[in-house]
Amino acid sequence: MTTMTMAKALNVGLRRAMESDSRVLLFGEDIGRLGGVFRITDGLQKDFGEHRVMDAPLAESGIVGTAVGLAMRGYRPVVEIQFDGFVYPAFDQIVSQVAKLHRRSEGMLAMPIVIRIPFGGGIGAVEHHSESPEAYFAHTAGLRVLSPSDPQAAYLTIQQAIACQDPVVYFEPKRRYWDKGDVDEAVDALDPSQAPDPWRARIVRRGSDVTVACYGPMVRTCLEAATASADASIEVVDLQSLSPLDIDTLAESVERTGRLVVVHEAAGSLGLGAEVAARITERCFFALEAPVLRVTGYDVPYPPSRVEEHFLPGLDRVLDAVDRAMEY
Amino acid sequence: MAAVSPDGLRYPPAVQLLTPEGERVSHPDYSIDLSETDLRGLYRDMVLVRRIDAEATALQRQGELGLWASCLGQEAAQVGSGRALRADDYAFPTYRDHGVTWSRGISPLEMLAMYRGVTNGGWNPTEKRCALATIVIGNQALHAVGYAMGVQLDGADVATIAYFGDGATAEGDVNEAFVFAAVYNAPVVFFCQNNQWAISQPRDRQSRVPIYERAAGFGFPGVQVDGNDIVAVMAVTRAALDRARNGDGPTLIEAFTYRMSAHTTSDDPTRYRHADELEVWRLRDPIERLKVHLARQGMADRNFFDQVDREAEDLAVHVREGARAMPEPAGETMFDNVYAEPHALLDQQRAALVEFEASFADEVHT
Ligand SMILES: Cc1ncc(C[n+]2csc(CCOP(=O)(O)OP(=O)(O)O)c2C)c(N)n1
Ligand SMILES: [Mg+2]
Repeated sequence: MTTMTMAKALNVGLRRAMESDSRVLLFGEDIGRLGGVFRITDGLQKDFGEHRVMDAPLAESGIVGTAVGLAMRGYRPVVEIQFDGFVYPAFDQIVSQVAKLHRRSEGMLAMPIVIRIPFGGGIGAVEHHSESPEAYFAHTAGLRVLSPSDPQAAYLTIQQAIACQDPVVYFEPKRRYWDKGDVDEAVDALDPSQAPDPWRARIVRRGSDVTVACYGPMVRTCLEAATASADASIEVVDLQSLSPLDIDTLAESVERTGRLVVVHEAAGSLGLGAEVAARITERCFFALEAPVLRVTGYDVPYPPSRVEEHFLPGLDRVLDAVDRAMEY
Repeated sequence: MAAVSPDGLRYPPAVQLLTPEGERVSHPDYSIDLSETDLRGLYRDMVLVRRIDAEATALQRQGELGLWASCLGQEAAQVGSGRALRADDYAFPTYRDHGVTWSRGISPLEMLAMYRGVTNGGWNPTEKRCALATIVIGNQALHAVGYAMGVQLDGADVATIAYFGDGATAEGDVNEAFVFAAVYNAPVVFFCQNNQWAISQPRDRQSRVPIYERAAGFGFPGVQVDGNDIVAVMAVTRAALDRARNGDGPTLIEAFTYRMSAHTTSDDPTRYRHADELEVWRLRDPIERLKVHLARQGMADRNFFDQVDREAEDLAVHVREGARAMPEPAGETMFDNVYAEPHALLDQQRAALVEFEASFADEVHT
């Protein structure tokens, strides 16, 4: 076990992936000499060379579009989008091509591309640097969507995403980059007997009264809420895989607790919470003692940083929803 | 003597009217008559903009701003082009173009508001004839073309100017803006500040030919100007704006300059560039050369320079105090102006937020 930040865990995970497969390439703005604005690729260009860690021209559609061609040539591009709000120039390539080419080619072309996106708010940034656009991608058939919540999960899932034959949009909770945790580097991420299945939700805290489902940056918030909760015993489920959703694990939890609160930073309307609520209602209707409640960002553009604390779900809002669920 | 930098770029660029030594030189295609008052005004503008910029950087260090993108070294490119605009022209700046926004009459506190995190805007674009600063690289180039198309449809005597950096020239939006401007012969000037860096990436990551040369391929002229020479920048920009207003279509101006500061206050340039580059560019400082010129020509004396410096210090105090005193926006302001028409769901969410936060009013939270 080594204690490291999530940023470092991602860095080490990328390094492992590059060591074990020479076809893995890193591609993005400022990822080379600078090591990325968050330093996730720090030192990798120095060790693997400019041909495997490439500083790309400032053009996101160009980065993802050429990654498609590289994938067709047998490479496994791992592209970095500098911030959540800058993925949109690449949206067309991701949705129209990356997501569809396996299907359109009747399975003859694979798109093993990983699109890494630091996402979410809470870092006091200017506009376009704090968004949570995951629902757009989870809504798009053909894409898988992952979001790790701690260093160990980051270390493993980044390698698993790279090894996956499907395209993966990989959302890194930027405000948790500097959180530390234990990472077992001895675990072989690609050996299913050693590493957990990345597409499964994780029960990260046991409880008996209410299940709180969350992912990415909100996992820590919900764990803190569970610790702070005086009245209710809260079970926290880290969804981790946003597409496909592991409803089985969540349903099993809700069958026990009878209550579900879904928490995410992204706006509520048509967010992940809506999908989770619908599926759990379908599956667990008779086990539910309260309607599925959501704690989310409001349906507004991400606000200026001096207002963001009002926008972001925090302990109080999570606990309030738990109370409301308990009162039914 | 033209110096060739490692990436093959020459200094001075094609158009220079004021040398780094403060010498006025002539150019066959570009001339400009600037009075003593004009030149003193431009000097004052640049000094004040630099002082605002320094103060904002300091305020960020003190935690009063979330971020700041410095325009240090680019004052001539920004003020020279900004002051070339007529009142009716419309500018489309980026996050770094404080010299442009200053030239449009936008106050320093309006510039700082976005960086303090109290708004995502800062000023009235219609009143100032200046769009809000665009952060998403390249987006605004298309807006400038569209506005110019509207001007053309109206038969108005107005030009627009789109600001962007060397890095932005790689984005689809900027290239599409070139296409649209050329096809519609739009009255727009593309003003690219090639400050040699896009965060950590040098200019040759974005283009293998000098940026101004790319205009030819789209079907309009491109010109490279010494971006640290405010006289040349003004001459070239005025000519391009006149050309646009006369119905002769777009121009790409590449202002060859240098980002003397970090990309933003979050950046550490020592990781990717050498300090000797900075030394070379320090000798080409835009303010110093105008100062030398003014002094040598007897257009300004010690008194004038001291007076501008005092004005800059007063302005800095105003900026410092004003930034700290900016009202904190209430949480519920996030619901303002999301839509122009009534929106029941947001009304509901606003009421819920207000009620929820009021329920904690008596408690002390840590
Ligand atoms: C679409 C988009 N991608 C990435 C970024 C992140 N980013 C901010 S500034 C910048 C570099 C811009 O370089 P340049 O166009 O040369 O302008 P400069 O900052 O040098 O003034 C990058 C990559 C962004 N703002 N927008
Ligand atoms: Mg630049």
